[in-house]
Amino acid sequence: MRIFDPHIHMTSRTTDDYEAMFAAGVRALVEPAFWLGQPRTSPESFYDYFDSLLGWEPYRAAQFGIQHFCTIALNPKEANDPRCMPVLDELPRYLAKDRVVAVGEIGYDSMTKEEDEALARQLQLAIEHELPALVHTPHRDKEAGTRRTLDVVRESGIAPELVVLDHLNELTVSMVLDSGCWAGFSVYPKTKMSEDRMVRIIQEHGSDRVLVNSAADWGRSDPLKTRKTGLAMLAAGFAADEVDKVLWRNPVAFYGQSGRLDLDPVLDEPKPDESATYQGNSIKRGGE
Amino acid sequence: MISGIPELRTVLEPEARAWLDTAVDRIIADPTAIGALFPAVRRRCGRARIDGHWTIDEAARAVLLTALPLHDPALTETVGALHRHGDPAEQRAVLRALPLIDDEGRFLFLVRETLRGNDTTLIEAALGPYAARHLPDDEYRQAVLKCVFYEIPLSRVAGLDERADAELARMLADFARERIAAGRAVPEDITPVIRAFAPADDRPAALDGAS
Repeated sequence: MRIFDPHIHMTSRTTDDYEAMFAAGVRALVEPAFWLGQPRTSPESFYDYFDSLLGWEPYRAAQFGIQHFCTIALNPKEANDPRCMPVLDELPRYLAKDRVVAVGEIGYDSMTKEEDEALARQLQLAIEHELPALVHTPHRDKEAGTRRTLDVVRESGIAPELVVLDHLNELTVSMVLDSGCWAGFSVYPKTKMSEDRMVRIIQEHGSDRVLVNSAADWGRSDPLKTRKTGLAMLAAGFAADEVDKVLWRNPVAFYGQSGRLDLDPVLDEPKPDESATYQGNSIKRGGE
Repeated sequence: MISGIPELRTVLEPEARAWLDTAVDRIIADPTAIGALFPAVRRRCGRARIDGHWTIDEAARAVLLTALPLHDPALTETVGALHRHGDPAEQRAVLRALPLIDDEGRFLFLVRETLRGNDTTLIEAALGPYAARHLPDDEYRQAVLKCVFYEIPLSRVAGLDERADAELARMLADFARERIAAGRAVPEDITPVIRAFAPADDRPAALDGAS
């Protein structure tokens, strides 16, 4: 089973996770810029974080045979803090980078006026940079929030096929698929979406424009939920090709619209030597 | 050691060549244009390897850097900002191009910042002819030892033949003893330096026993 996790926050995960993900079939992933749990109080904290999404994290991932891409944005929650707003002005510099395959996560948290502005501005940035957009839907008041998000997407003028609305559920999937946008589902141990519910949604709505992710982060989450969903699909009678479509071809098609999803790198490009780094690199040296 | 930019005309597609020519003209007319052009190079020109030292994107980025019609302090500021805001591929290109834009060691701060990090591709790019020429002895020795730790082959470190000395040999011999005591392998490429400079009575016995 080859797996592309279209939404996972590896910054919060360990090398054990990378090993387990590789063993489970994960060969590529997208790490969206997001909220870190602890509020950031200055734009500079964001820039170091973005640099890490473009530098250290792909380097770590490569050591485990996983290709790492990212999305860059000011997340909805922190868009409410005036101290963080200057980040919006610096985004164009990051959206020009090779491994940035979308603008994201953008969207609503509490549906404030500030979030409205940040969402609209960043959808325009996606249009200017010819990038897809990864749009988070709010956890509270989800149905109304999703409807409002779709209105803003429509008003922005961005092509719906360049937009994925994420963290959907049974009540929000139809309106998103009907809009022409992609539908993203975050399969979690307890909240958001489960493997079995995911299977029923695909049975009912089909697998076109459907993305399944683990959205694993620093909270209770599981980086292997993509594979577990694939196994649940097989157990429910889906063909292996359908699983491959959901877990690999769909995310490749969605992020491929950026023109930057370079999944077949030149082999002799400098990259960390796997055998060497086991003994040499600090992240694998334990306490040395 | 190679330091000039390889001939790009023969390896670039016509479209990429035209883009690069235009980019150079724009930078000569307005140096701030490099801010948007520099990150776009890989997508426009490609990334294949040309020789043992350069990839296409690194060489094309070096062309842009050498086109900058700037002198200090503007040159240091502009190149420093490209590195500060660069992804690893851009940073490798800046590091490799340093000997082409400066012969006074003004950009050692970039080399030092890189050597504090853990990305071996960047460390290797930082230890080219520029570092070999300008890094003070103690920092150069630490850099070589760091390469040994990270198992970057010493053949990829510029200037080792000229700069290896007794102190470096002592550090490498101590490192070898530490590894031997821990029952771990000792990289073979450190033995020539130890043999050349460390006194015979200060060599790890196990190394002398080796071929």
